[in-house]
Amino acid sequence: MTMQPASTEIASRTAAIIQELKGLEGPLLPILHEIQEEFGHVPQDSLPVIAEALNISRAEVHGVVTFYHDYRSHPAGRHVLKVCQAEACQSMGSDAVAAKFKQLLGIGFHETTRDGSVTLEPVYCLGLCACAPSAMLDGEVIGRLDDEKIEEIVAEARS
Amino acid sequence: MGLIQEIDFGTPASTSEKQVTLTVDGFTVTVPEGTSIMRASMEAGIAIPKLCATDMVDAFGSCRLCLVEIDGRNGTPSSCTTPVAPGMVVHTQTGRLKDIRRGVMELYISDHPLDCLTCAANGDCELQTQAGVVGLRDVRYGYEGDNHVFKKNDGVENFKWMAKDESNPYFTYDPSKCIVCSRCVRACEEVQGTFALTIEGRGFGSRVSPGMHQLFIDSECVSCGACVQACPTATLSEKSVIQIGQPEHSVVTTCAYCGVGCSFKAEMRGDELVRMVPYKDGKANRGHSCVKGRFAYGYSTHKDRILNPMIREKITDPWREVSWEEALTHTANEFRRIQYQYGRTSIGGITSSRCTNEETYLVQKLIRQGFRNNNVDTCARVCHSPTGYGLGQTFGTSAGTQDFDSVEQTDVVMIIGANPTDGHPVFASRLKKRLRKGAKLIVLDPRRTDIVRSAHIEAQHHLPLKPGTNVAVVTSLAHVIVTEGLFDEAFIRERCDWDEFQDWASFVALPENSPEVVGQLANVDPEEIRGAARLFARGGNGAIYYGLGVTEHSQGSTTVIAIANLAMATGNVGRPGVGVNPLRGQNNVQGSCDMGSFPHELPGYRHVSGDAVRDIYETLWGVKLDDEPGLRIPNMLDAAVDGSFKGLYVQGEDILQSDPDTKHVAAGLAAMECVVVHDLFLNETANYAHVFLPGSTFLEKDGTFTNAERRINRVRKVMAPKNGLADWEVTQNLAKAMGLNWNYQHPSEIMDEIAQTTPSFAKVSYDYLEKMGSVQWPCNDKAPEGTPIMHIDGFVRGKGKFIRTEYVATDERTGPRFPLLLTTGRILSQYNVGAQTRRTDNVIWHPEDRLEIHPHDAENRGLRDGDWVRLTSRSGETTLRALITDKVSPGVVYTTFHHPDTQANVITTDFSDWATNCPEYKVTAVQVGASNGPTEWQRDYNEQAEQSRRIATLQAAE
Repeated sequence: MTMQPASTEIASRTAAIIQELKGLEGPLLPILHEIQEEFGHVPQDSLPVIAEALNISRAEVHGVVTFYHDYRSHPAGRHVLKVCQAEACQSMGSDAVAAKFKQLLGIGFHETTRDGSVTLEPVYCLGLCACAPSAMLDGEVIGRLDDEKIEEIVAEARS
Repeated sequence: MGLIQEIDFGTPASTSEKQVTLTVDGFTVTVPEGTSIMRASMEAGIAIPKLCATDMVDAFGSCRLCLVEIDGRNGTPSSCTTPVAPGMVVHTQTGRLKDIRRGVMELYISDHPLDCLTCAANGDCELQTQAGVVGLRDVRYGYEGDNHVFKKNDGVENFKWMAKDESNPYFTYDPSKCIVCSRCVRACEEVQGTFALTIEGRGFGSRVSPGMHQLFIDSECVSCGACVQACPTATLSEKSVIQIGQPEHSVVTTCAYCGVGCSFKAEMRGDELVRMVPYKDGKANRGHSCVKGRFAYGYSTHKDRILNPMIREKITDPWREVSWEEALTHTANEFRRIQYQYGRTSIGGITSSRCTNEETYLVQKLIRQGFRNNNVDTCARVCHSPTGYGLGQTFGTSAGTQDFDSVEQTDVVMIIGANPTDGHPVFASRLKKRLRKGAKLIVLDPRRTDIVRSAHIEAQHHLPLKPGTNVAVVTSLAHVIVTEGLFDEAFIRERCDWDEFQDWASFVALPENSPEVVGQLANVDPEEIRGAARLFARGGNGAIYYGLGVTEHSQGSTTVIAIANLAMATGNVGRPGVGVNPLRGQNNVQGSCDMGSFPHELPGYRHVSGDAVRDIYETLWGVKLDDEPGLRIPNMLDAAVDGSFKGLYVQGEDILQSDPDTKHVAAGLAAMECVVVHDLFLNETANYAHVFLPGSTFLEKDGTFTNAERRINRVRKVMAPKNGLADWEVTQNLAKAMGLNWNYQHPSEIMDEIAQTTPSFAKVSYDYLEKMGSVQWPCNDKAPEGTPIMHIDGFVRGKGKFIRTEYVATDERTGPRFPLLLTTGRILSQYNVGAQTRRTDNVIWHPEDRLEIHPHDAENRGLRDGDWVRLTSRSGETTLRALITDKVSPGVVYTTFHHPDTQANVITTDFSDWATNCPEYKVTAVQVGASNGPTEWQRDYNEQAEQSRRIATLQAAE
């Protein structure tokens, strides 16, 4: 019924982040953001440390982390490519766009290329409907995708 | 009989006093303001379809089945989350609502198995019921496509499907049947307060997750059963229901574990117990339960249970099974022979806090009327006897002042030497609920127990005092209150003796009682003591809850008095939300004390020297009663060693394991000529017994238990005694064998005799309990409905009495040979000496006693977690495995006493409370060192126990 918090390096780096942000009102999300920033993902071992520090249960932290798709359980590739699959983009051929990306990269959604360069993910609306179909590479949005642009993006990401 | 179906109102009751009238489907209904429409319509007898709502948790509004239409309002609001308003006109069934509900239900069923006929919840499934209610006839979406139901879709692995989690010994989690209503998650949070469950993921990926996607057994789950009860489907099901099937009738009864006294429905199929379900009308537990009461009843049918009487000449002989008649005649003859040979006072008996009031009453009656002496004592001797003394002296009654509901109105809770999350879990859940609503918490305990800090609760002040310094620290709290002028002068002047107060105040104000001085000797930060005192005095309604960490000391009675002083000085007695509340260990320890189990008191705490009282019983029983107090348990054992005490009748208590200084107890028992053990199992004491009388469980008899809040609860027979006789019948037959003319046909007649002779029980009868559910004593003409809160208009003894509490350090001290202090306690899953819980699947949580030791002390001794360690005191030594934790302070070690192999009481000393002889279990100076395994004593003991438990096999008759 009890679990010792992981006494690893992850735990100590997590503890430092918690210490810094604990005073905020509603500190859990900022802490998780900072942890993802630090580690590139939210390590499972950091959850009991957060729970203990905020005096909430491990289950609660787990519930929050899994609710948000943007918190990763594993590190992503060097680049993250998100392809919009929401309604407006679908009507402008985003299925084909996604297929093209998958084919060029040789991976499916939620996967990372073997060389660790790109992680491919679906996203549901980037707010760029007027320029559909659209995608986002490392936080930068790209509209009006066509084969040429797709190839350009892939080339850039793999470089 | 039938199954008791409790009405589920869907949302909790509102406590508002303002009433609101509305119309539901044409019927007018008046309810308190703040009530949900769902609850209001249920009050009017109209059940609105629902899945995610149940009245044990707050409204959530996620299932979309309980929608209603309200005149003058747009849309279809959910009735669980919408409060009533005056003049509201609600429609629960319209064409539009019916369509919506059927559509919603189609979605649910499209992702749910259709195996109703073979499902464990068949007949007790809300999803099934609601499908019927909304008139579901087909599911247009079909069952193909994405789902959580099938392991494989068209031969392809379905990653959304999750296997059953059967890791908990008592219930299963089958995710394929889950409708994600969150009722389990909310029950775990709101009712139990453990927060072990969550919903992971989102949308169609939402799943119930114990801990961090763990098995139930690996999560924070404490197996209280609240989630199982909340679950509307078969997702969370008792394994016993899966195995046996649905129950067909139920009987309301009272749990036989701790002093909270939870009411349960024993749900039966024939005479087979299917499950225990907490009863919502139970006024102690309000529908909640813990792992022991809810699930750990398997001991009642355990193979170790002895069902036939047995006798033997010598304790080295094997047992011989005999008839009831032979066993009882033999016992009666032996007792008479011993009395003839060694004198009237050479025999005695011990009543049980596990048995009913009626049974306890009979045992003390047998001793007083039949043995013609006062040699009766009870296990309260070793737990709460100082409570009886201390509260009797200061307030005038030997019991807690409040009901459990009182905690809901408390602002500051002070917990002293109690570990409610383990020892009194259902009360702890109610307390935690109040703490989450903002009440403040002060904890005095050498260990950092879970109540000090766990999810969503944290004590404002934790004083991790050195074991044995309770009196000093509590007096020091009073010092701050007096010297800083924080006492309630008006209360004291009105209710207490002002001169006594002034005398006491001048004593506590002495510099040696200041936090600065006391802090040093108790290893507590003086500022924490000051902070705690200020908070308690000025924080609003202050309530003190305490346990055996207060009483089981050489100054146990003094601490109880100090606690009473503190409550009086701050004006915290006599209304809801305040008071002094001993958390009683055993189910009926209050009752056994009430029933005259002490050698100096007749029922109702009336001293045996009182002529008027003796007169009542002498007239009724037709004998002359002894006016001198008899022997206490330790005196009986001393006298046995000295050769003047030779016979003992022990009902339902295992003194060899539970009483201090095991070797001395063993020597005392070995010196007796006739030890009669009346118990379910061949317990440790039975190793030294000459007669064994098989006992019956709480499921097998009628009677009453009195819990820690003085509540007299009915115990009802749900099955015939497997041993043939209920315990009260055994005692009665023994009395008859000794020539007494007893003729009780039913326990209710015994209660009638108790009521007739004991003023505080005057109005109690089985008929009355049937009508009232339960009552809290005193229940008489002055308080016909019982007394939830005591001392309302003044103390029972007249003026509340302040008594000086001089701190005298115990003689048990640390030194170079024994540098550590051992303190003892219990754990959630096990109960007391473990006779019952060790014979259930609860052992999965606590298979052995461990020695908790601080990392610092462990390192000094080169000990690692899990190592065998030797624990030595001035009394003896034992071995057990170490558990390294910073829950204990450096210099303090801790263990539980649930397993006889550990023999923790070989270590404890025979120091005891100055007033009541309550043993000092909580302080023993010890040394800890590495060890290879069990000690010689443990090996010898086990060998002796094994020898002693042999039962002679009968010669084949054919």
